[in-house]
Order: sequence, then C-alpha cells, then structure tokens
Amino acid sequence: MYSHIKAISYHLPEKYFSNDDFFRDFPDAISQKENLLKTGVEQRRIIAPDETASDIGVKAALRLFEEHSISPDSIDFILFCAQEFDHYTPTTACIIQEKLNLPKHCGALDFNLGCSGFVYGLSLAKGLIESVGAKNVLLITSSVLTRTFNKKDKSSIFVFGDGAAATLISSRETKGIGEFIFGTDGSGKNKIIIKDGGARNKISENSKIDHPDEYGNITNDSSFYMNGTSVFIFGLKTVPAMMNDLFKKENKSIEDIDLFIFHQANLFLIDAIRSKMEIPEKKVFNFIKNVGNTVSSSIPIALSEAIKEGKAKKGDRIAIAGFGVGLSWAATIIEL
Amino acid sequence: MISIEEFTKGLEVEFEDVEPGTLTPETNYKNIKGWSSMHALIIIAYVDSTCNIILSGADLKSAQTIRDLYNIVIEKIK
Repeated sequence: MYSHIKAISYHLPEKYFSNDDFFRDFPDAISQKENLLKTGVEQRRIIAPDETASDIGVKAALRLFEEHSISPDSIDFILFCAQEFDHYTPTTACIIQEKLNLPKHCGALDFNLGCSGFVYGLSLAKGLIESVGAKNVLLITSSVLTRTFNKKDKSSIFVFGDGAAATLISSRETKGIGEFIFGTDGSGKNKIIIKDGGARNKISENSKIDHPDEYGNITNDSSFYMNGTSVFIFGLKTVPAMMNDLFKKENKSIEDIDLFIFHQANLFLIDAIRSKMEIPEKKVFNFIKNVGNTVSSSIPIALSEAIKEGKAKKGDRIAIAGFGVGLSWAATIIEL
Repeated sequence: MISIEEFTKGLEVEFEDVEPGTLTPETNYKNIKGWSSMHALIIIAYVDSTCNIILSGADLKSAQTIRDLYNIVIEKIK
C-alpha cells in the first residue's frame, strides 16, 4: 500500500493587516516600499490574542472534513506541527483529538518544526501508512508567529502571516508520496530564534531590552529574531543542492516535474532559487500575496490553491521543498 | 569577467530605488538612502546570478564600497 495527499483545506485568522496598515504603523519604511514589495506580500492575517495555534488548526480540520466530506471516524492518526502548544503538557494533538471528535483508537503526535514542517509531516504520514498500516493520517500545520514579534520589528511584521492547514494523507494502491531528502544544521540555530522564555533561558529583565541589528531592524531576546540575510544565503545555497539530491534519488529532472512549490518565504528568494535552478517560471506556483509567509502552512496553502486553480491536477508530479528555522530543510516529490 | 563598471551599473539597475548614475565604484553602498536588509539580499542575488558566487554575511559586513564588493567577488572567482 502507498500513501498520497487526498485533500487539503486551510483556515486563516479573521484579522487582516494590509500594506496600508503597515506603512501607517511604520511611516519611515515608505522609503523602502519598492524593495519591501519585492517580497510579494500585500496583506496577511493576524491571530487574535485569545486564539491559539491549535484553535486555527482545529478550524482548518473542520473545514477539511466539510469541504471534502470526510468523516472524523476515518482518521487513525493525527500529527500536529506547530511552534506554539496549548500547554507545557499534555500533547496538543491529544487535545485536538477530542475537539475534532476523532476515534479513541487514533494515534496523536505533536512535532515542533517551522518552514520545513509540512514536508517532515508528509514523511511521518508516509511511514505510518506504508509501514504501520494507518489508512488516514490527518496532518495539521499551524503558525501564529506574529504573536512573538517585537512591535518595532518591521521586517518580520511585513513578511509573515498566521494560518493553519489540514491535509489528509491516505492509503492507495498507486504511488503518491515519493522519496525524501532531509537536512539539519543546528549551528544555524541563532539565525531564526526566540532566545528567551524556553527551558534554556528564562525571561529576565535583559530579555526585554530592544536592540537593533546591522540594518536597523529592532527586536529583543524575548521576541522573534530572524537574520534575513543569513537565511537568504542559506536558502540560495541549500535548496538547489537539495533539489539536485532529490532528482538523483528519484532519477528525475526538472523536465519530469509538472509544478514546483517552494516554502513561501518571500517571492524574491523563491525567484532567486528558481532562476539559479533554471526552472521555467510557469512551473513554479506561488501563493503569498494575500497571506504572507505562513511558515509550516505555506506549502499546503499554496498546494491547495494550485489544485483549486487547476494548476495542480490529478496525476501531476509536484516537487515541494521546505526550509527554515533549525536550520532544517526537506523536499519530496508527490503525485496527486 | 565582469568589469567594475558593469558590476556597478548592474547593481544600480537591481536596486531600482537608486537614481540612475548615482552609484560609483567608490560609493559606500550602506549609506544609500533607505538602506535595508533587502538591499543586501539584492546584492547577494545579483552576484549569484551574474558571477555564480554566493557572498557570505561576513563578506557583506567587511565590504564598504562597491569596489570592495567587486574585489571580494573577483577573489572568489579566482
């Protein structure tokens, strides 16, 4: 038995934050407007203060059940990928099991990954189906990163948005999810980090002291920090090499792929990767304009839109690649 | 091999928000109006696409002028 992606739905928080809102909050950034627009983001959604990553994940799953007529009873494993969990313990996926009314014989597992999370989730689902005998795995990816931003961190505020996706991975008799390439470089842990507030560093007075980076962007140790330049270099070096490794493993080339969906970090980086790999523009699908970078949900949200727009059809071969915080990266080829 | 003039002109075109003819090899590019991390990304992408060299964060930190950048690139090409 093989595994494949059977259905995807997503949910975005209610609150919009447009570029007009952004330039109202950061009037000094007007001089950088042309460059900021190169990221491709025009609006994003922002999580409500009383809403959690699991709340929007549950909403995405309920939408999946409704839009694709899926019975919660059919789910035999739930995977929850996020970076914010409801409690220190228990596992948030267990809480989601109850909220979605999933059967008690359902397995439940949280995992903490960012932009590579969806591809890792697919690999876990594939293993559960092809090795353990699961039939329907529900993969929920959810990001509420905007909550962690320093109010002065204009780079992060511009690029990221919140959102959750629910993907059903099911068994079938023909191949659907192909080989994987994984990668990790923990030496880059400080490139994308919230330093204080976890087990390693408690929140202290120093955690709240704002400090600018070399480009004048401001954050502090209890807020999200991303070294955009380093992450850009990381993406440009890692993704083409990873895709080449994947093509070797699959004995395929760019010509064999119908569509590429990269993690929607920002359009400028995706286009630099596309150009470096010499992929024709029409083979790359992006969906970032109205949602921003939604971290682990960016690939499933884009894939769901590609399917809706008819750009990804049954039988198509789609290469997907996630890369980011960790540093962590992963890629695979799926056949719908 | 790309000349310093071509390199400077090419960067100016990529920056878009810089008035044509204002960038010279001696320009301290970190002083251009509205300098931001996005300019750094534009430099990295430009150098990669024209010279097939990926600059490091340290390269960008150490260089002050366009000529410094150009010299780093030429050194890496060698």
